[in-house]
Amino acid sequence: MTIAKGDPANPTRSIGRTTAPPERRSHVPNDGTASAAAVERARKEMLHEGRELRRTRIGADVLCEALLRQGVEVFFSYPGGVILPLYDVLGDYPELRHVLVRHEQGGAHAADGYARVTGRVGVCMGTSGPGATNLVTGIGTALLDSIPMVAITGNVPSALIGKDAFQEIDINGITLPMTKHNYLVRDANDLPRVVAEAFHIARTGRPGPVHIDITKDALQQETQAAHPSEAEVVAGLPGFRPNLDGHGRQLKLAAAEIAAAKRPVILAGHGILHAEAWDDLRAFAEKTQIPVAWTLLGIGVIDETHPLAYGYMGMHGWKHVNRAIQSADLLIAIGMRFDDRVTGNVRTYAPYARIIHVDIDPAEIGKNVAVEVPIVGDAGRVLRALIPMVEVVDPEARAPYLAQLAEWKADSVASSWHGSGAWRDGLLSADYVIERIGELTDHEATYVADVGQNQMWLARYAGFRHPNSHVSSGGLGTMGYSVPAAMGAALGRPDRETWAITGDGGFQMTFQELMTLVADHIPVKIALLDNKKLGMIRQWQEIIYAGNYHSSNLPGPDFAKLADAFGIPAFRARKPADVDEAIRAAQAVDGPALIWFEIAEEQNIFPMMPAGKGLSDLIEKWGGADE
Amino acid sequence: MSADPQSNGQVPAAQPAKAAPAHSAPPPRELPGGGETRRHVLVAVVLNKPGVLNRVSSLMRARNFNIDSLAVSHTDADDISRMTITLHGDDVAIEQATKQLYRLIDVLKVQDVTAEPTIQQELALVKVRATDSNRVEVLKLVELSRGRVVDLADGSVIVEVTGTESEIDAFVALVRTYGIKELVRTGAVVMARGSGSIEEAIKR
Repeated sequence: MTIAKGDPANPTRSIGRTTAPPERRSHVPNDGTASAAAVERARKEMLHEGRELRRTRIGADVLCEALLRQGVEVFFSYPGGVILPLYDVLGDYPELRHVLVRHEQGGAHAADGYARVTGRVGVCMGTSGPGATNLVTGIGTALLDSIPMVAITGNVPSALIGKDAFQEIDINGITLPMTKHNYLVRDANDLPRVVAEAFHIARTGRPGPVHIDITKDALQQETQAAHPSEAEVVAGLPGFRPNLDGHGRQLKLAAAEIAAAKRPVILAGHGILHAEAWDDLRAFAEKTQIPVAWTLLGIGVIDETHPLAYGYMGMHGWKHVNRAIQSADLLIAIGMRFDDRVTGNVRTYAPYARIIHVDIDPAEIGKNVAVEVPIVGDAGRVLRALIPMVEVVDPEARAPYLAQLAEWKADSVASSWHGSGAWRDGLLSADYVIERIGELTDHEATYVADVGQNQMWLARYAGFRHPNSHVSSGGLGTMGYSVPAAMGAALGRPDRETWAITGDGGFQMTFQELMTLVADHIPVKIALLDNKKLGMIRQWQEIIYAGNYHSSNLPGPDFAKLADAFGIPAFRARKPADVDEAIRAAQAVDGPALIWFEIAEEQNIFPMMPAGKGLSDLIEKWGGADE
Repeated sequence: MSADPQSNGQVPAAQPAKAAPAHSAPPPRELPGGGETRRHVLVAVVLNKPGVLNRVSSLMRARNFNIDSLAVSHTDADDISRMTITLHGDDVAIEQATKQLYRLIDVLKVQDVTAEPTIQQELALVKVRATDSNRVEVLKLVELSRGRVVDLADGSVIVEVTGTESEIDAFVALVRTYGIKELVRTGAVVMARGSGSIEEAIKR
């Protein structure tokens, strides 16, 4: 990489200048307001390879160059004291879009949402101390859901580290157990390698978040350090060699199990989305005529209208799906990890089933359930290797089994629909709202859940047709996730409508990002399901804690006025007849919009598997309401 | 309003699924592990990077593995460190610990050497109370135990003793009657017998 030192007419400026700013070659703002043509022009003029800076190249420049080399097009950040050197040079990188969030947690969730819909690494940043700790919830969310993310923070100058300096916190120590890997950079010459390694680690093997903490002096330090090639990065990480191909002998064993099985079920998880192996999954299911059940994060692995798409499993999954798992003689688990929300009590889980478990992370195999055939590998590579090894199964041969499943499904769908029956009292029920959103968006949008009842309603009733169209905080269950994650998802997939489905609880945690939506023209449609309760908490208190409703009543503001204060059009729906009109009105808005659905206050989501119980112990109704 | 007017907080009876085939109830699924708990010795070869010890110990804490001892040093290669970790657990739990260690980017190789022929040594320094009346007795005991006196002072001796964990346990028990003023142990270090090398086995 060549860096021109500048000519005498434009003397190299010193860092920490107090005089006039240097002449910049680009005046294109990178806050998303510039036209695409202007950005493209700037890019051509200032292509990062061979970009001429009329000033010294510093650590902050290296960081921007490294992000561009990694193909980063947008990142979410909030400035602060020690990360200001980055902000000082950002103007020179117009093709690197910066989204100024209103809270670092929002930035982390936005990077996460962006990563989930694009399959690329999401990037968020913050300053030291509180900026860094605010990112932590978002990093944890990404860790538990294996989301490729690079989180970057500034830290106090190296000389002040360990001195309890202003806004100093041991963020490296904090993120250590909640990242795939983390770094502290004190020397700008290390930055090219560290950033390249971070992106490689974040997206390779089982994805996950990587945190880079950079001292202020490293960001300001002059450097000529060159960027490493991908091969150099791999060579520099001898301890990181994920095994991607399944072992041949294990594949043979799996094929034999599949050939022998009479009541097999595929358990499809997030790993299939990470591996972009949805076509392989469908081909495998069709060839073997095995029905596909999916986990919460596996939603979208198969079009829900596909004949072999059976449904969503687990604690609030469909009864027929759990029933099929409990009676299966073979589970083919691919890219999922037998989370307790999926298995319930492991002792009573799938008691007749032998298990084939495919996962890219060896540590997931045998962690929660003992399995007969472990296969370590990438879901796509394993499926592609397995497909030629399995026999074509005649649909006729499976007909009695599939007919039984179809009967269970019809039964379960008919009985579980419209949860508590609130709809019969003319009240707005959440499942109806979700169903209508799915219909009126032609199932073509990105749907971003918050956490709690809204998340389960969305998972069950929206009707997903496409991979990466469902975004949900599964492992960590982070309330407040929806709006900021939708912000990132909308920027990642501007070709699709983006809907944030949230409850009044989660919404009140992060609605400051409404201002980001407005300021950065991010057209997220927000479906606020307001039951004036912490609905899932209320449901547990009703059913498990003998109706002791402590702190689950949640007074909220006038959400229409709130949206109005941000300049966001708001629509209100209080009865079923209002729903379609409100959705269409929100869709017609050019920009963000909010729909305030005032739903039945005490609607429960059924079936429900109480924690500690098994998949056969589903509660299907409660009290007097019958489905 | 209430969608569930009858709700009175009763805990519902579990509803057995009708899904199970007709024959009698299946046996409960085996949980992973559950085997005999015993002492295991893991050798981990790691990159000598800042924080690597913290990564290992943080992981063991977070994953609920209880380390008995942990000895760390660099190897003949400056950039490679070696850890000897002793811990208790059943075979499946230890396998899980090994797999989790492998997830750390800085970990190159982990081997459970429990079942292999190994040399295991630990070093202890023991400051034993020794008065004029029993000093000779203590020194004799040290000599018989193949210990070495490294400091002699008025009222005490410091004894250096090397051996397996149980040999040191035995020595400590023996001198306890005289009074132990201080005790420090390094934790076991271990090496497999024979010409094979865990460090050479690492692909670099």
